[in-house]
Amino acid sequence: MSDDTELETEIETGTLPLDAWHRSNGARMVEFAGYWMPIQYTGEHGGIFAEHEWTRNSASLFDVSHMGQLALSGDDVAAELEKLLPGAITTLKQGRIRYSLLLNEDGGVLDDLMVTNGSDQYFLVVNGATKWDDIAHLREHLPDEVTLHYGDDRALLALQGPQAAAALENIVPGVSELVFMQHGMFDWGDYRLGVSRSGYTGEDGYEISVRAEDVQAFADALLADTRVRPAGLGARDSLRLEAGLPLYGHDMDENIDPVSADLTFALTKKRRESGGWLGHAPVAKVLADGPAEKRVGLAIEGRMPAREGAAIFAGDTQVGRVTSGGFSPTLGRPIAMGYVASDWAQDGAELEIEVRGKRLSARVTPMPFVPHRYHRGS
Amino acid sequence: MARYFTEDHEWIDVDGDTATVGITDYAQGQLGDIVFVELPDAGAKVAKGKDAAVVESVKAASDVYAPITGEVTEGNPALEDDPALVNSDPEDGGWFFKLTIADTGELDGLMDEAAYKSFCDGL
Repeated sequence: MSDDTELETEIETGTLPLDAWHRSNGARMVEFAGYWMPIQYTGEHGGIFAEHEWTRNSASLFDVSHMGQLALSGDDVAAELEKLLPGAITTLKQGRIRYSLLLNEDGGVLDDLMVTNGSDQYFLVVNGATKWDDIAHLREHLPDEVTLHYGDDRALLALQGPQAAAALENIVPGVSELVFMQHGMFDWGDYRLGVSRSGYTGEDGYEISVRAEDVQAFADALLADTRVRPAGLGARDSLRLEAGLPLYGHDMDENIDPVSADLTFALTKKRRESGGWLGHAPVAKVLADGPAEKRVGLAIEGRMPAREGAAIFAGDTQVGRVTSGGFSPTLGRPIAMGYVASDWAQDGAELEIEVRGKRLSARVTPMPFVPHRYHRGS
Repeated sequence: MARYFTEDHEWIDVDGDTATVGITDYAQGQLGDIVFVELPDAGAKVAKGKDAAVVESVKAASDVYAPITGEVTEGNPALEDDPALVNSDPEDGGWFFKLTIADTGELDGLMDEAAYKSFCDGL
């Protein structure tokens, strides 16, 4: 036996706390981020189109328990996090959430994440496929005084859609008072829930952290409301594409800086100059010089979708590539996002995308493709 | 008229030396909501087991293979405006293309309806 045996052993696909629940609700399960997850449900109300439209018109329940739920505590944890994140954390008010990025020293995006000020601790929600690398990165750069707890004993549900607030308020009174990007702790019977008014669909909605052993009862309670139906990863992807939200590992990765990825909003203005965060110097240079290429939205003529990897042309010259693409159920036509050379990144630029040897006409379009409907309060 | 099935979930209706090709109800169920179908042009030569059409669902593009070698005479014009016909009526109105059969001997080895049903039950 060689020493390589262990390395060659395939890592078994994990199961999430709601695995059996999904299957009994008719889910078609696929492997995603190392776990078995529902891509869509079968039956009368199932299918990506139906689940997508239900989310836009009522409320859908998504299981996103593959994501990493991290809790950081200790002295000066906010100041320490600011050394790794380009956003302002020390001034983030209690109960508020901020979208941020983990960057490497070259300014490349290691992950995108949500950070919440939970008073005595800070919560990070990171992508499922990158959570182990994120933990290693955080542990490497944070001082020993900061405690990092990975909440692998917790599930994460997303309830998304215009009826999400009414449906959740019905069983968890008080949650409707949260506004977009606000977090609070709530009780559901004897269960303690971490509730954020946030999501990845462009709709109003919530992301709810619940103990793994409680999640099935909670999911059943949500589904007992006729306004709520389960939805899978397929609809989640078409919804986030319409919302113009990038997907890590596809629309940005460690070789792409936040400016090129059109995520400059995640770089807190003051900190763009003051720096003090990993990757600042190379990112500041891109800010000053302008990016060579930029992530843009693309509206495609006709009905044929352009998928990830399709080449984008201006005349005979390739000027970019599609990083996410598909058919928009809401708009009834194909949409995509991708990177194009900055000369071609302005709204209205006329380009072509090559799909199976055919050229499709495409136009650079502002995102979101479908307007966000977040609840920002009055 | 006889109907045959392939292990790639295409059906083929044979009438003399002409045939109509589509995908089965099982296939459309696996693909999910279909948003676009790319059909071969009239006059295109297709070869048994080789790419003949592409069907795009919300999530992915999938190849459809020719169940038999021949020359395409017509693509289904209805699929241009209403590709969801493949979901709602896969084994009739949602047909893909018609062709003239080069060699009817190639039909040997294709499944009949009963054999295809037990093939699907085993998946």
